[in-house]
Amino acid sequence: MRELILTRQNHLVDPTLHVWAWQIPIYLFLGGLVAGMMVLSGLFLWQGRHQERPFTSSVAPLIGLVFLSLGMFALFLDLEHKRYTWRLYTTFQPTSPMSWGAWILLVVYPALVAAAFVHPPKLLRDLVPGVMQYTRAIEARTGARRMIGALNIGLGAALGIYTGILLSALGARPLWNSAILGPLFLLSGLSSAAAFIHLVARHVDEREGLARADNLFLVLELAAIVMFVIGLANATEAHRQAAALLLGGSYTALFWVGVVGLGVVIPLVIQLLAVNHRVQHSPVAPLMVLGGGLVLRFVIVSAGQESRWAALLADLVNALA
Amino acid sequence: MARYGMVIDTVRCVGCMDCVVACKTENQVPEGFGRDWIAYETRGAFPTVSMEIRSERCNHCDDAPCVSCCPTGASHVDPFGQIVMVTHDVCIGCKACVASCPYDARFVHPEGYVDKCTFCIHRVKEGKDPACVSVCPTHCMHFGDFDDPNSRVSRLLASRRNHPLKAEAGTRPRIYYLV
Amino acid sequence: MDALSRRRFLKISSATLGVAASGGALASAARAVTGAGAATGLRTVATTCDICFWKCGAIASVRDGRLWKIEGNPLDPLSRGRLCPRGTGGVGAHFDTDRLRTPLIRRKGRGGDEWASVTWDEAFTYIADKLQGIKAQHGPEAVAMFSHGIGGNFLKHTLKAYGTPNFAAPSFAQCRGPRDVGFTLTFGEGVSSPERTDILNTKCLVLLGSHLGENMHNSQVQEFAEAVGNGATVIVVDPRFSIAAGKATHYLPIRPGTDTALLLAWMHVIVTEKLYDREYVEQFGFGFENFAAEIAYATPEWAYPETGIEPDVIRETAREMARHRPATLVHPGRHATWYGNDAQRSRAIALLNALLGSWGRKGGFYTPASMDVPGYPYPPYPVPARGKVDNPDHKYPFAIEAITTGIREATITGAPYPVKGWFVYATNLMQALPNEAETIRAIQALDLMVVIDVVPSEIAGWADVVLPESTYLERHDDLNVEWFREPFVALRQPVVEAPHDQKPNWWIARELAVKLGLGAFYPWKTIEEYFEARLTKAGLSYETLKQQGILRGAQPPIFFEDGVAPVFPTPSGKIEFYSLQLQEKGFDPVPRYTPTPQPPPGAFRMLFGRAPVHSFSRTQTNPILAEMMDENVVWLNADQARRYGLATGDRIRLRNQDGVVSRPVAVLATERIRPDCIYMVHGFGHSAVRMRRAYGKGASDAELVTKYAVDPLMGGTGMHVNFVTIERES
Ligand SMILES: Nc1nc2c(c(=O)[nH]1)N[C@H]1C(S)=C(S)[C@@H](COP(=O)(O)OP(=O)(O)OC[C@H]3O[C@@H](n4cnc5c(=O)[nH]c(N)nc54)[C@H](O)[C@@H]3O)O[C@H]1N2
Ligand SMILES: Nc1nc2c(c(=O)[nH]1)N[C@H]1C(S)=C(S)[C@@H](COP(=O)(O)OP(=O)(O)OC[C@H]3O[C@@H](n4cnc5c(=O)[nH]c(N)nc54)[C@H](O)[C@@H]3O)O[C@H]1N2
Ligand code: SF4
Ligand code: SF4
Ligand code: SF4
Ligand code: SF4
Ligand code: SF4
Ligand SMILES: [Mo]
Repeated sequence: MRELILTRQNHLVDPTLHVWAWQIPIYLFLGGLVAGMMVLSGLFLWQGRHQERPFTSSVAPLIGLVFLSLGMFALFLDLEHKRYTWRLYTTFQPTSPMSWGAWILLVVYPALVAAAFVHPPKLLRDLVPGVMQYTRAIEARTGARRMIGALNIGLGAALGIYTGILLSALGARPLWNSAILGPLFLLSGLSSAAAFIHLVARHVDEREGLARADNLFLVLELAAIVMFVIGLANATEAHRQAAALLLGGSYTALFWVGVVGLGVVIPLVIQLLAVNHRVQHSPVAPLMVLGGGLVLRFVIVSAGQESRWAALLADLVNALA
Repeated sequence: MARYGMVIDTVRCVGCMDCVVACKTENQVPEGFGRDWIAYETRGAFPTVSMEIRSERCNHCDDAPCVSCCPTGASHVDPFGQIVMVTHDVCIGCKACVASCPYDARFVHPEGYVDKCTFCIHRVKEGKDPACVSVCPTHCMHFGDFDDPNSRVSRLLASRRNHPLKAEAGTRPRIYYLV
Repeated sequence: MDALSRRRFLKISSATLGVAASGGALASAARAVTGAGAATGLRTVATTCDICFWKCGAIASVRDGRLWKIEGNPLDPLSRGRLCPRGTGGVGAHFDTDRLRTPLIRRKGRGGDEWASVTWDEAFTYIADKLQGIKAQHGPEAVAMFSHGIGGNFLKHTLKAYGTPNFAAPSFAQCRGPRDVGFTLTFGEGVSSPERTDILNTKCLVLLGSHLGENMHNSQVQEFAEAVGNGATVIVVDPRFSIAAGKATHYLPIRPGTDTALLLAWMHVIVTEKLYDREYVEQFGFGFENFAAEIAYATPEWAYPETGIEPDVIRETAREMARHRPATLVHPGRHATWYGNDAQRSRAIALLNALLGSWGRKGGFYTPASMDVPGYPYPPYPVPARGKVDNPDHKYPFAIEAITTGIREATITGAPYPVKGWFVYATNLMQALPNEAETIRAIQALDLMVVIDVVPSEIAGWADVVLPESTYLERHDDLNVEWFREPFVALRQPVVEAPHDQKPNWWIARELAVKLGLGAFYPWKTIEEYFEARLTKAGLSYETLKQQGILRGAQPPIFFEDGVAPVFPTPSGKIEFYSLQLQEKGFDPVPRYTPTPQPPPGAFRMLFGRAPVHSFSRTQTNPILAEMMDENVVWLNADQARRYGLATGDRIRLRNQDGVVSRPVAVLATERIRPDCIYMVHGFGHSAVRMRRAYGKGASDAELVTKYAVDPLMGGTGMHVNFVTIERES
């Protein structure tokens, strides 16, 4: 028997850490979604397929601007000392993923704008009358479009991975201590982005293409999830206990049903049937994928905060002396 | 350059919380928060029980993740004794450092910035012991310079069995518990 | 009871004074103690703590006009520069938002909660009228005062001038009474407070119940840590694995109520194995042979079924004690009112110490010293026409102080004479006395009940008049002329002003006396005049005292081996192994073990004690200390908890043998307690609604103490005799 009594009762810290509520998962989800959209649009721009994938390569960047802003607003809401937010941009802290993130976000904006300028949708043309002159400038320079495409792929990947690294760098939370978290979040971002486009794009062809892509991402995501859990379960005691939160602990149902089942496996099955024309395409699968991506962020952020470098959580008795 | 830390004798500590109360008054720690706390750890089954009592706080880690993850540089290592500090008006309250600390030593001050034990740097600069150390009725806490092999803390460490907390978290904490 | 009340202590004349004598460093520390006043910047005042009765020397800091912190006074031998957590958190008393602010007079019947705020003059007029009425109708003896602590001194003076002999404190019949009686019967002297225990130098410390580390009497805890740090053998006897048990070499998980059996068995081993200090016993002992014969039956095998302590363990620990004698200290305890046979248990402790030769010896008990500071030359008090009311016909022949519960009983019965007025100063009788129903019955029989308190406590709720006192940080109190390891006198003085219309006890006492036409008993106008007069007579400087907070005398010898004459003011002039005075009154001349009833199946014995961050029921509204611990929990053995399907944090109620049910309280399922008892910290579960911070937090042990076992020797009320069952709170 082991009893541990701690007299500490700090708000947001005890009995388990809960400094991050809904804002951070929302931010991570939107960030991942935008990252996925950037990679996809960047890919099409690079390949020069932006005409046949107009939504992905031209509309999505604009939506990405909005989503990213919403995400950053959620992040801003999470800050406790808001009037000092500007301090993020008077320094660069090379060891801090958050500092990297802050600066990445700053360059993501022009990259998204540039992507949208390659083949501006009507809305943008109406809104910004002079936009065509940039489009023409891009067209005039060989390689400019490819550059923009590459930039979006690179920054998208960085943004996607960063949302994972942000957590995995916080070594005190064993659940997050996994090199797979970055790729996992990127893959989840890609699958969410594909699902989102699948959901809202007009062209059947484009939707079909993205549904196929989505299936690929979902398979990879599933693999990443399995590797993530196996990796944790086979590491140190602290990591095993962290994994236990997902393997029988308090987050098990949400994780395996909400994320893996409803968010990955079932939509994957539906979409596999759909792309093989066994069932009709419907918003169900992509909505499930998006929901799964969101729940993934919530589970990882919440369960991660509960994991710690201490012995059995069940032994912990707080504030009872 | 000094490298301050603590050595705490769990054999003498009675878990009275005087150190916690003293920190409250000395540093005007707001109601509902604590920079230090007591852990009572009991093992065994009645009546064959053993107990270790520890006064815990920020470990002023040599490899402080709270500092390396801070996006603004608010969390930093003060050249004075390598004490880990937070500059209030640089901190944005992102809480990354709070999540990064294996000891859960940090909290969000009601005014928005992140706060924690400062090793009472204001007292140490005046040549005094930290408040918690100076009040402890059992004299079980010792504060001093680990870089000085002749300091009391260094000598105590060399002469008695001891353990830091959660060494496996890899932050190289600077508080040791004598057993 | 002449033999009992005779006291012999060293009185140190003030000629040898001066802190400078104790070293230059201290003197310069002293100069820094009390700084000049300013609205901005830092100001310090040397004073003494009053969160408990240890009265540690302290230095309070005021920053920019606001009370900041309080620390130990390095000149003070009690605190040795370090306060206990309650002392450190004492500043919270000043900021307590639940404080009384003005005098209050009850509007409706007793126990109701309608009050009128009045001026001090109105309050005094009301009280004086009633007092004159009581005097006219029943005589001045019909007024009694309950008080606890030095703050009651001036009020006592006023009421003595009024003409009553009836003054009692819960520190006797609810606390250390049995111990002091047991020791006085044996050595001719009590243990006094602060205890004359030389824990610092002990090689073997035996704690029966005394839960040092939770019991935070400062010097004792400091010395305890020192002893532990020095590798002393520590033997802890407790049904609960206390903090002290965590430091113990030997932990003896005794069955509650059987300590006397263990003590007798220990003595049996030490006597039969001839391990005792023969020279000491032969030289100083009286009746040893008879004593040895009397305990012949008390073998470890005999004690085993009672105590649950294995005979081998009893032998081993007895030998361990003998090995370190005379530097073996069997601690006399303090809160000794457990089972109603407590004076005899305490006497057994005294006798064990006598066998080990520790009384008067280094590492055992020292001989305390005090400074000779004459009292103020008041006019003589009127001689009461009747004796004290609390112990008629010496019903409790060895009571050496007044019995609170005796006054309570007289108030209910009107015998030996009626009691019609109560003054209650700084004692929450509702939490301190057993069986609150009896206290209420007594109160209902009164014509006048005045409570002087700092917060609207339970007892204040029963008063006719409530007088708000300023806290210890805002007032002067009487000089503390302490009996301790070394002689000293210490001063309590205001650090900050009282925030509202609260007044200090000396002012209240004086104003009331003037109102009663007893002004002649207050030749001084301010307490500073009073201090000046007393200190000047003692050849001491008030100015220096104000600066330093303390004046120390030279260190006299305090051990027999250093030249203290071994004197035992008992009838035989020796250590009484066999007590003829007990025999004469029909008691066992050598303690015998009488079993105490054990709880019926399904019930637990309710035990209680201290938490380091609280003093009794007086600190729960202190914002700082309440933050450290805002409610108590019920300790329940982990196996029992499993049987009841309870986990730590689950809420339960306790129901005692008389059907009294506690407030909901959380369980602590723990391996740190026997399965046959539960434990909780005393002082919680406040029922006074105006104590907002504390109201309803945790459960009150006092409420459940409806049963108590009265010690036939001295009237102490054993309170560990209540049994409770557990009810899950849904
Ligand atoms: N059930 C139970 N009963 C017990 C005990 C127990 O453990 N359990 N312990 C016993 C022991 S050992 C003792 S010594 C007694 C203690 O008994 P008490 O000394 O009566 O202790 P408290 O219950 O703290 O009551 C103190 C009262 O004084 C008030 N007070 C505090 N400071 C001041 C002040 O500066 N001025 C004035 N005027 N009032 C003040 C408080 O508000 C409170 O109402 O209780 C005994 N009774
Ligand atoms: N923090 C703090 N310290 C205080 C006080 C305070 O209010 N707060 N009050 C002071 C005062 S006035 C007093 S009187 C003292 C009281 O403190 P002590 O005299 O040290 O304590 P007790 O009340 O005698 O004992 C409580 C302990 O006795 C154990 N016990 C219960 N029943 C038995 C038994 O049958 N046999 C044995 N061997 N042990 C038993 C309990 O488990 C508990 O550990 O504390 C003083 N110190
Ligand atoms: S003040 Fe000292 S003895 Fe008390 S809990 Fe803190 S470290 Fe332990
Ligand atoms: S204990 Fe925590 S807050 Fe303190 S230095 Fe180490 S990581 Fe940072
Ligand atoms: S909360 Fe403040 S100190 Fe902590 S990481 Fe963020 S900016 Fe740095
Ligand atoms: S060193 Fe100072 S800030 Fe740190 S816990 Fe001790 S008193 Fe508090
Ligand atoms: S023992 Fe603690 S509460 Fe009592 S007087 Fe000393 S410091 Fe104050
Ligand atoms: Mo007491």
